[in-house]
Amino acid sequence: MNTNPLRSRSTYAVLLLSSSLTALTLATSVAHAGDDKNLADKIARGKYIVATSGCNDCHTPWKMGPDGPGPDMDRMLSGHPEGMAVPPAPKPDGPWLVSVAATNTAWSGPWGVSFTANITPDKETGIGKWTLRNFRDMLRTGRHMGQGRPVLPPMPVPVYRNLTEADTEALFTYLQSIPPIRNRVPEPLPPAVPVAAN
Amino acid sequence: MLVPSRSAHRSDITDADCAPQSAALPGGWIALHGIVAACAIGVCVDIAHAGAEDSPPLPQRLSETGLFSPGTTQVDPKHLSFSPQYPLWSDGAIKRRWLHVPPGATIDASNPDAWVFPPGTRLWKEFGHDRPIETRFVERLADGSWRFAAYVWNAEGTDAELAPAKGIAKLAAKGAPRGTYAVPSRDDCRTCHEGGAAPVLGVSALQLSPDRDPLAPHAEPKSAAQVDLPGLVARGILRNLPRTLIDHPPRVTASSPVARAALGYMHGNCGHCHNDVGPLASLELSLTQETALSDTAAKVLYSTLGHSSSFRPREAQPVTQRVVPGRPDSSVLMLRARSRNPMTQMPPLGTQLADDEGLALIDRWIRHELPTPTKEVTP
Repeated sequence: MNTNPLRSRSTYAVLLLSSSLTALTLATSVAHAGDDKNLADKIARGKYIVATSGCNDCHTPWKMGPDGPGPDMDRMLSGHPEGMAVPPAPKPDGPWLVSVAATNTAWSGPWGVSFTANITPDKETGIGKWTLRNFRDMLRTGRHMGQGRPVLPPMPVPVYRNLTEADTEALFTYLQSIPPIRNRVPEPLPPAVPVAAN
Repeated sequence: MLVPSRSAHRSDITDADCAPQSAALPGGWIALHGIVAACAIGVCVDIAHAGAEDSPPLPQRLSETGLFSPGTTQVDPKHLSFSPQYPLWSDGAIKRRWLHVPPGATIDASNPDAWVFPPGTRLWKEFGHDRPIETRFVERLADGSWRFAAYVWNAEGTDAELAPAKGIAKLAAKGAPRGTYAVPSRDDCRTCHEGGAAPVLGVSALQLSPDRDPLAPHAEPKSAAQVDLPGLVARGILRNLPRTLIDHPPRVTASSPVARAALGYMHGNCGHCHNDVGPLASLELSLTQETALSDTAAKVLYSTLGHSSSFRPREAQPVTQRVVPGRPDSSVLMLRARSRNPMTQMPPLGTQLADDEGLALIDRWIRHELPTPTKEVTP
């Protein structure tokens, strides 16, 4: 039996330290597990929002398949194809005011011609460098990155600006988790009769 | 541009409205029914002007914001008039500005490039052409938040009414370019004022430096009645300003007077968004001047020269670099500053006319004042 009080205290200290480290490791691991679960939940929620809010309708190029047109998921959310030549859109005629390319990624109307954005996390051509604040501000203000040019139709900003903070973050988290696709979408074209002189 | 009813929401559209009524057209285009077009255009209009209401309620009239002496339309002499040395281009509008700091309160200038204003701070900026058209109002509330508003002057010039949160896209205004004037939405106010180190843009060490730049475009000479940096210190309103900025008033460090003015111009017109502390920091484009640095121009040169732009204008010859020394026409920065196509122009809001004087200055800077590509630029 150990009767040395110094040794006893020392052993106690080692045990205490060891227990503390174990507890800390356990706590960290639990915290990490919690973080992972939280991240997975956000991604799942974001994926659900994308699936139910029509993101693929415009941001994924459509192609003709055996069952008719549908989004080309090999180019999921990569926007208007960079190399796709688009001839001038038909002139508006009566109630037919808007034209859309068969890919669903080029839209012509009174605002000019808009090309749907690459919202994959590619750093050079997508939103890989965006922060959550950039994304949230874009949805709230309808401006590119929240501060630049107006985001054009058909992007339904008045609808999406009503997303909750949590859903906005989930959507952004999911979009940052999908495969990046390098695709530089062209800048929009001005209206035939410019709103302001160039 | 057509302006349809805001009520045209996607939820108003049924499958029957859309699906069967499209018509095949040559070249890969499909025409859609007008109701979808109305939806799309409605989106376009809404996004430019959507804005959340602030809380607590804003005063309905300018006279209720405290700008005037009670019962008059004369500006209360307690407010401090000021004039930034690098003013924002506002399509040639005549501008006047005032600052109010509550008695006993002070501005903390510990960080000379990010002053901290006390709750109760208020600022006004009047815009006019033939007569006052609009006065913008910025206030820091007791909880530390900021609010922004615009007031539109009545025809009699006796007071100004609170503008809608969404702004006014085209206000008839005699003397304004093309006879119209755009009142910004509150979202647009935040776009510029919350993009940098401090939400107050015109009251800073550099903008109020007594060492004023004689080549700064559109700068008004400072009158004796206007306050500057030493004036704020002398009044006891500014505290913790680094002593060195009193002994050596801040100025843009540049290789020539033209470069100094060009860099200052970009600070006043671009730097509130393009800096390395705000939400657009990830662009790695800094056009602001930091008086805390010994070389205020270094970051601008480092982040522009030799850098590709993510914006690719549709030019016959591809223009891909932010700034190409000696070649303004091959520099994206110049092309965007020159453009007033709303999809291309810089700044993206607040101006319908390109600033010829400012553009001439930037042109000279790029053409004649920049280091050649062989010269290394370091931050």
